[in-house]
Amino acid sequence: MKNAMTHLAAIAALLLAGPALAQGKAAPSWGPGADDAAFTRMLAASFKDKGIAKVDRLTQDETQAFCSDPEAAASPAAAEKRQRIEAANMATVKWPSDGKWLGDWKEGEKIAQSGRGNTWTDKPGEPNGGNCYNCHQISPAEISYGTIGPSLLQYGALRGGDEETMKAAWAKIYNAKSLNACSNMPRAGHMGILAEAQIKHLMALLFDPASPVNAKTGPAK
Amino acid sequence: MVDRVSVGVAAFLAVSAVAATAAYAQKDAAQEGIEAYREALQDGNPAELYEATGEELWKTPAGPKKASLEQCDLGLGPGVVKGAYARLPRHFQDTDRVQDLESRLLTCMETLQGKDPKPYVESAFTAPPKEEMIALAAYVSGQSKGDAIAVAPKHPKEQAMYDLGKRMFYYQSGPYDFSCATCHGQEGTRIRLQDLPYIPGTKGAAAGWGSWPAYRVSAGQMWSMQWRLNDCFRQQRFPEPVYTSDATIALSMYMAANASGETMKTPGIKR
Amino acid sequence: MGNPMKIRASAKDGVTEIKILMSHEMETGQRKDANGTVIPAWFINEITAKLDGKTVMQAQWGPSISKNPYLAFKVKGGKAGDKVSVTWVDNRGDTRTDEAAVT
Repeated sequence: MKNAMTHLAAIAALLLAGPALAQGKAAPSWGPGADDAAFTRMLAASFKDKGIAKVDRLTQDETQAFCSDPEAAASPAAAEKRQRIEAANMATVKWPSDGKWLGDWKEGEKIAQSGRGNTWTDKPGEPNGGNCYNCHQISPAEISYGTIGPSLLQYGALRGGDEETMKAAWAKIYNAKSLNACSNMPRAGHMGILAEAQIKHLMALLFDPASPVNAKTGPAK
Repeated sequence: MVDRVSVGVAAFLAVSAVAATAAYAQKDAAQEGIEAYREALQDGNPAELYEATGEELWKTPAGPKKASLEQCDLGLGPGVVKGAYARLPRHFQDTDRVQDLESRLLTCMETLQGKDPKPYVESAFTAPPKEEMIALAAYVSGQSKGDAIAVAPKHPKEQAMYDLGKRMFYYQSGPYDFSCATCHGQEGTRIRLQDLPYIPGTKGAAAGWGSWPAYRVSAGQMWSMQWRLNDCFRQQRFPEPVYTSDATIALSMYMAANASGETMKTPGIKR
Repeated sequence: MGNPMKIRASAKDGVTEIKILMSHEMETGQRKDANGTVIPAWFINEITAKLDGKTVMQAQWGPSISKNPYLAFKVKGGKAGDKVSVTWVDNRGDTRTDEAAVT
């Protein structure tokens, strides 16, 4: 609780810098009962540290604050702010240190399968998974895939592998908000979820001609 | 989700009989198999065992005051259990708070039985104090099975709770930028093979709100709504919500009000 | 002793359908707890159902049956008011018997 209180100020500060207020005109999509003071009080009183998940995780960065009112964030009036947030996120992208885009697609498949990491039941120090299959169809053999994100079947086969395409895919994985301010996809590189080598493996899963993602036979029946 | 399951199974039967609409014909075999399995689970829900345990807890004198919970006011007057769960959360005069079932049970345990709520709040969901809460929730929720969900925020504190719940639903944070809406803010999506209810809509809200507490077959555990929300936040990579805290009650109010008019199907059963 | 079973039995057109829900952990003996210690096997290994005193179903179970098992079956005969009695025995020698009337 004490911990929660120390972050109260930080949350309040971020809320005040939030999009709805900054624009001054558009009312937030929730009613007046959830004004900043009441909401901040509720957050501070309702959560506690557990394992590696501390209450400081409730403190939003600018992107999170902006996207927490999806109606306002998607409005034409917020177009400029969206672009600014995308640019700021793009600026966080660290490109592969050795200039090589692709790792091992087999390792990539394992990372895509794993949803481990960063919950209060996860131990610190163990490598995180990519959570990819939770939302995407990827290899045709895996029928247990989610549909929040688009299918990635034939990803490389459809797009080729020129520098521009590689760069876009890398940026999407490293920081998904660089291309779409309020994408549902986590910012795997920027938030330290995946290491550079892991991102390379995922890139190989998408682009390597030997990866099942690009297999010619199409989806398994 | 329950509605979706029954529709899916109906489609499955239609396929095996004569014909199906194009939309259902496109459903793959795996999806149909899962839906048939879920339908089969509806018969013989082990939640009944927890309801029986909860009923006994409700009626047995306990605590320093050696009293049962039979005079507990769940919103319809002291001792009225039938239909009470379908009308929660609501504002209570005596506490001047908006309470969900589990927080109201804690109030009754404290006032009627003289029990200290602390161990009930702080223990793990698999520890004995929470097992009592979950059994009680199973029992009380079972007494609203088939009733229409009737939660319309009227009292200013109920309206504020709904507003807070809506804002909480969209609040993104943590290392993955997740909010409730990341998974439950679009219609017709799923995580792996798990269909996700669309909580801002009436049907989706009812599929979520109206089916918990539920018995989870894969884990062999009975989960209350508080446990359900707790695990949502775990997967959201948030810190842990305090048991019966306002954030959880606000979200409950948001779901229940969105689901109002639909049918309560508690206690439910999940894969 | 274990917790009570839920038994429902209904007769229709000379056939009685009996549905039993049992409260039991059904540990396989293959799981480990958080400390890596094996959780000992603990499961129902024998179940008997009687209709009006006559054994109508008997089964030997193993650890592959789920926690809180549900069993439903139909037998010829039986009428409203008949007594159904179900007994399980587990591998620790614990046993429990519950009864219900056919409706």
